[in-house]
Amino acid sequence: MSVITYAQAIRDAMSEEMRRDENVFLMGEDVGIYGGAFGVSVGMVQEFGEERVRDTPISEAAIVGAAAGAAVTGMRPIAEIMFSDFMTIAMDQLVNQAAKMRYMFGGKAKVPMVIRTAGGSGTGAAAQHSQSLEAWFCHVPGLKVVIPSTPYDAKGLLKAAIRDDNPVVFIEQKLLYRKKGEVPDEEYIIELGKADIKREGRDLTIITYGRMVPTCLKVADDLAKEGIEIEVVDPRTLLPLDKDTLIRSAKKTGKVLIVHEAVQTGGFGGEIAAVIADSEAFFYLDAPIKRLGGLDIPIPYCPELERNAVPTEEKIREAVYALVR
Amino acid sequence: MAISKAKHKEMYIKMLHTRLFEEKVAYFFSMGMVHGTTHLYVGEEASAVGACSALDEEDLITSTHRGHGHCIGKGIDLNRMMAELLGKVTGYCKGKGGSMHIADLERGNLGANGVVGGGHCISVGAALTLKMKKKDNVVVCFFGDGAANEGSFHEALNLASVWKLPVIFFCENNLYGMSVPVSKSMNIKNVAERAAAYGIKGQIIDGNNIVEVYEAVREAREYVKKNGPILIEAKTYRWLGHSKSDANVYRTKEEIASWKEKDPIKWHRNYLESNGIFTAEELDAIEKQAKEDIEKAVEFAENSPYPPLDIIMEDVYA
Repeated sequence: MSVITYAQAIRDAMSEEMRRDENVFLMGEDVGIYGGAFGVSVGMVQEFGEERVRDTPISEAAIVGAAAGAAVTGMRPIAEIMFSDFMTIAMDQLVNQAAKMRYMFGGKAKVPMVIRTAGGSGTGAAAQHSQSLEAWFCHVPGLKVVIPSTPYDAKGLLKAAIRDDNPVVFIEQKLLYRKKGEVPDEEYIIELGKADIKREGRDLTIITYGRMVPTCLKVADDLAKEGIEIEVVDPRTLLPLDKDTLIRSAKKTGKVLIVHEAVQTGGFGGEIAAVIADSEAFFYLDAPIKRLGGLDIPIPYCPELERNAVPTEEKIREAVYALVR
Repeated sequence: MAISKAKHKEMYIKMLHTRLFEEKVAYFFSMGMVHGTTHLYVGEEASAVGACSALDEEDLITSTHRGHGHCIGKGIDLNRMMAELLGKVTGYCKGKGGSMHIADLERGNLGANGVVGGGHCISVGAALTLKMKKKDNVVVCFFGDGAANEGSFHEALNLASVWKLPVIFFCENNLYGMSVPVSKSMNIKNVAERAAAYGIKGQIIDGNNIVEVYEAVREAREYVKKNGPILIEAKTYRWLGHSKSDANVYRTKEEIASWKEKDPIKWHRNYLESNGIFTAEELDAIEKQAKEDIEKAVEFAENSPYPPLDIIMEDVYA
């Protein structure tokens, strides 16, 4: 085991896959000598050269569209979109082209590509650099959507995403890039579409993902001292969603709180709630399924406003109390 | 290098196939035998067929919503193409794509595209594959004058020029983006002038002259492998409406008639006859053959089954 950062885990996953398969390459804005806006690809251009670690112009549509074109002709591109907010510029390429090629062409095309992008608030970058847009991508059949919450998950899931024959949107969490965690020294892969129970508990299930996972775990640890045992389930992959694990946990605890940073209205929490309400877990529920998402506002700049735009430890704790008391 | 007799024959019959295919499709639509919409290529045949005929088998193309000519130019199986139009399971996309999404990856056709400008960035990525895999091939990116005003046009030409990728950006300027004339949608006369903005070569050709199209693309093929992309603008004209809903209220009968005088198929026939490449009888025989091929395609398509419902969920993911 080694203890490495989330950013390092992502870098290691890319480097290992690029050493293993010459068709894998990285392209994006400032991914070369700069090492990416968040330093994720630092050192990679020195190892792999400019042919395989490609700086691009500031052209998000061309980055994602070219990734699709390269993928359908035999490469396995990893494209970095600096901030997930900028995915909006590439949505035609992702939604109308990459995601639909296989179906439109009657199953003939394979589009093995990964779009890595940094999501989430908390960096003081305000409304156009802080969004959590995962629900948009989950609404597009043909895509897979991954949001890792630990270095271990980030590495194993990214390796799986790179080896996957479909377009995968891999949403990294800005606030987690420097967080450290244990990662095995030997190679491992985490299958896409498998949830992980981050903490076992009997009184209530919190379903959460991305950077809200450590926040919810902190709350769970605190409340354990008060005798409330919370189970924290991280789907890790939102599309495809590991419904079975979520339903099983809901049946076990009978109470479900869904927490995510994305704005609540139209957020992916609604889908998770519906999956549980629609299942046999409904008959085991002791309380309504609760959602705690971000406020329905653009992310504000001022630190205190920004902090309160998304679920905080205090708000999560209150939501738990409301359910268990 | 002169165009061989065999190549001329191939090009002539492919133009005929395209014209006859489109006429058949128009008939099907008028009879309500197929649903949705379709964008017919009648009048522009020399552009697609001339350009595709200048390519090697492993060269790639990206096509447009008006893509039937590109499919035929790149050597598609007419039977399976007609079957796709009729939504049959024997079609290129098992009936899931229809007119706007026919792709023939085995023959290097990366697909028609329902989004105007949808092929620009894909062609750049495909050319990147060719470059990274050190292949001696090129990509032809077909698009219309309307697509030249999409942001993807700029991003793709810029990226391809920076990376010196082997892409022939081939603009079929048929003078209208649906109903709006080029004069009202861009402040320049020729799309090819935009090449200067990317530091690449721009070239204007007569898109109704198949010999000129063929030679330009044959030359461009060698050029882009050494120098990076080129922007070729083929001036042409669509005889029929943009799609089946078009009543042609934005242009005059006289204008349409004047372009019919420049029929690319008639031009090629005259060229072949007057240069003694084929006799009138030989050309008649080719025309007869082309008609039979289309009739066979119709028969194949009509006799094919619709896709079974149980394939509806297939092919979303690999």
